[in-house]
Amino acid sequence: MPFSNSHNKVKMNYTAEQEYPDLSQHNNHMAKVLTPEMYANLRDKETSSGFGVDDVIQTGVDNPGHPFIMTVGCVAGDEETYEVFKDLLDPIIEDRHGGYKPTDKHKTDLNPENLQGGDDLDPNYVLSSRVRTGRSIRGFCLPPHCSRGERRAIENLAVEGLSSLEGEFKGKYYALKNMTEEEQQQLIDDHFLFDKPVSPLLLASGMARDWPDARGIWHNDNKTFLVWVNEEDHLRVISMQKGGNMREVFTRFCTGLTKIESLFKEKGHEFMWNEHLGYVLTCPSNLGTGLRGGVHVKLPNLSKHQSFGEILKKLRLQKRGTGGVDTAAVGGTFDISNADRLGFSEVELVQMVVDGVKLLVEMEKRLEAGQSIDDLMPEQK
Amino acid sequence: MASNFARILSSKRNVGILSLVGAGSLSVGFFLTREQYVSAGAQVRRLYPASADYPDLRKHNNCMASHLTPALYAKLCDKATPNGFTLDQAIQTGVDNPGHPFIKTVGMVAGDEESYEVFADLFDPVIKERHNGYNARIMKHPTDLESSKIRGGQFDDNYVLSSRVRTGRSIRGLSLPPACTRAERREVERVVISALAGLKGNLAGKYYSLTEMTEKEQQQLIDDHFLFDKPVSPLLTCAGMARDWPDARGIWHNNEKTFLVWVNEEDHTRVISMEKGGNMKRVFERFCRGLQEVEHLIQEKGWEFMWNEHLGYILTCPSNLGTGLRAGVHIKLPRLSKDPRFPKILDNLRLQKRGTGGVDTAAVGSTFDISNLDRLGQSEVQLVQTVIDGVNYLIECEKRLEKGQDIKIPAPISQFK
Repeated sequence: MPFSNSHNKVKMNYTAEQEYPDLSQHNNHMAKVLTPEMYANLRDKETSSGFGVDDVIQTGVDNPGHPFIMTVGCVAGDEETYEVFKDLLDPIIEDRHGGYKPTDKHKTDLNPENLQGGDDLDPNYVLSSRVRTGRSIRGFCLPPHCSRGERRAIENLAVEGLSSLEGEFKGKYYALKNMTEEEQQQLIDDHFLFDKPVSPLLLASGMARDWPDARGIWHNDNKTFLVWVNEEDHLRVISMQKGGNMREVFTRFCTGLTKIESLFKEKGHEFMWNEHLGYVLTCPSNLGTGLRGGVHVKLPNLSKHQSFGEILKKLRLQKRGTGGVDTAAVGGTFDISNADRLGFSEVELVQMVVDGVKLLVEMEKRLEAGQSIDDLMPEQK
Repeated sequence: MASNFARILSSKRNVGILSLVGAGSLSVGFFLTREQYVSAGAQVRRLYPASADYPDLRKHNNCMASHLTPALYAKLCDKATPNGFTLDQAIQTGVDNPGHPFIKTVGMVAGDEESYEVFADLFDPVIKERHNGYNARIMKHPTDLESSKIRGGQFDDNYVLSSRVRTGRSIRGLSLPPACTRAERREVERVVISALAGLKGNLAGKYYSLTEMTEKEQQQLIDDHFLFDKPVSPLLTCAGMARDWPDARGIWHNNEKTFLVWVNEEDHTRVISMEKGGNMKRVFERFCRGLQEVEHLIQEKGWEFMWNEHLGYILTCPSNLGTGLRAGVHIKLPRLSKDPRFPKILDNLRLQKRGTGGVDTAAVGSTFDISNLDRLGQSEVQLVQTVIDGVNYLIECEKRLEKGQDIKIPAPISQFK
């Protein structure tokens, strides 16, 4: 059970074999990696905040598999988790992030000048552009494990920092538990409001405890820069706008993030980051950049093409429905975004999206005109 | 085993030496090694003062929220049971679930037997509110499973479609579903099914583990309305009871399909006796006999049920303390149920109505699930007699309304006999 190590004490009265979870029906990264021997070696360890291996894996034990994607099946309770449980998390990270080794270094690049092009995706096809990432505040436990006091402290820090943003970033915070009906409706209409998680993947890890205490949404007056507080991570930062000018979206993203980071530093706080894992977030799948840059794009013809899946794979892109992860596409409109998070910089990932989506739109136009796309087939990136 | 260590630590329990020596395969050396891992009354590691961690209960309407003041939270928040179960764990379900549309929920659970003692300052007022003023410090709870004391109990089958009695039992020394580890849960399963395997005659039966049952077995259990699913109610999932599902969960039933035991659902065990028709007396006889047999069988192996003279049988949810007993019928009351006096009649008879899908469901047509309201402060025999007398009265009312005669609201019966 998160936020108390009670079962970490009781379980030591039993052997590792007696406590080892039944993973025979399971198909997630944790289940592939966690042998009985590894479990035996890790079970008497815990981070200094008391997060143990059973806390790490609970979500993966409770959720054997997912119909669309191979889930990770574990979470971190604090920054130290990635160190104390390296033996478990390193192979999972390697498997999930395309062979990323425990000795590899991750490059961070939030300079939007390094992006080439990206301002001219055809708005007849590309309906909207969005870049998101997450940030964790060093020294605090992560959502699966934090206490109410910690979560509230995180909220205070976030709101304090965000309230001093100016210019295009000037905005307002809406605490989930205080918002008026009118504010709530507006946020829903703007597609900004996030709900209490319903996915069992998240619930089983303890992230939804005490909802909606210390959760909220901040956005700028222009409604193009948005921060979620205490949902799946301490902060989720989102830059978005209608149309295909990904360059503008990314520029605002980088500028905003950099400003927020310096505001935190002024107050003596920093983001969880290291040169091996990049930005540290709750789910190992979001390590590195934590970045998902994507578009909603109309591809009714291309999506029916037999090579659609293969093309996406070569471009290092993934498709989702327009409702986000765990949804199916509606009427030929897809959410196309980078598949990678770790081992590539922010600029590199957004470049892949920009270049890749440009190609997809070109292919769509060809198929619309009844022409072949064979000569456009990409190489593996 | 945690069981023995916890027994030594807790001075509050009357555990015979016999059960200590007999339990499992424990040896003294093994026992001593365990000592370093479990510390009595463990202090909880806290980073923030109590005021920073006190939950926001302003929108809440459950028993826990009604009684957990900031001062009480501050007093209890750094305590833990010998197993390490904390106040935050106990109240998590009540923090996460502000209110229920039909009933005022309890809003807290126990993680082990000691929870009710370590957090007595909160459990006691919650118990008092939920159980009609029962004072757990002073009052004694009567346990009585002598089914021969029942008078009447054979209802008119034209009205009563089925009769059922259920309760729960917890195995002393093992943590409860919100807190148990996988090994503890598997131990509960092992102890219980080993005892059930010893039942004979019309109680002889078979265990179906949720992880191992075949498709055919599963379908049969669904058709018999025996199969329980992974809990979906957030009241239960937020308390951590569904962890590791379906590991060590299962259903046992006798060959006649009239006696059923759920293993590791909301409690260590839920014991159910049921049959079609209105023979509540026979249902209760089988219930008592089965329970006593199972208790005897686990005692042979050195185990016992969690029980004490104030709280009766100890279960996960405070609402099920005492007898943990819900005795009820599915009954057709087309006329009475439309009469505006129906709720008051039920109230005075100390009965409650539910839909035929159980708690949180609405009635279909005019068939209701009618059962006892109370759990604690009266014995099993007393509660079942209350249901029998009450259902007879309801049938009388229905018959009178059929004939166009008037009915009367009965005088309220007293709560603690």
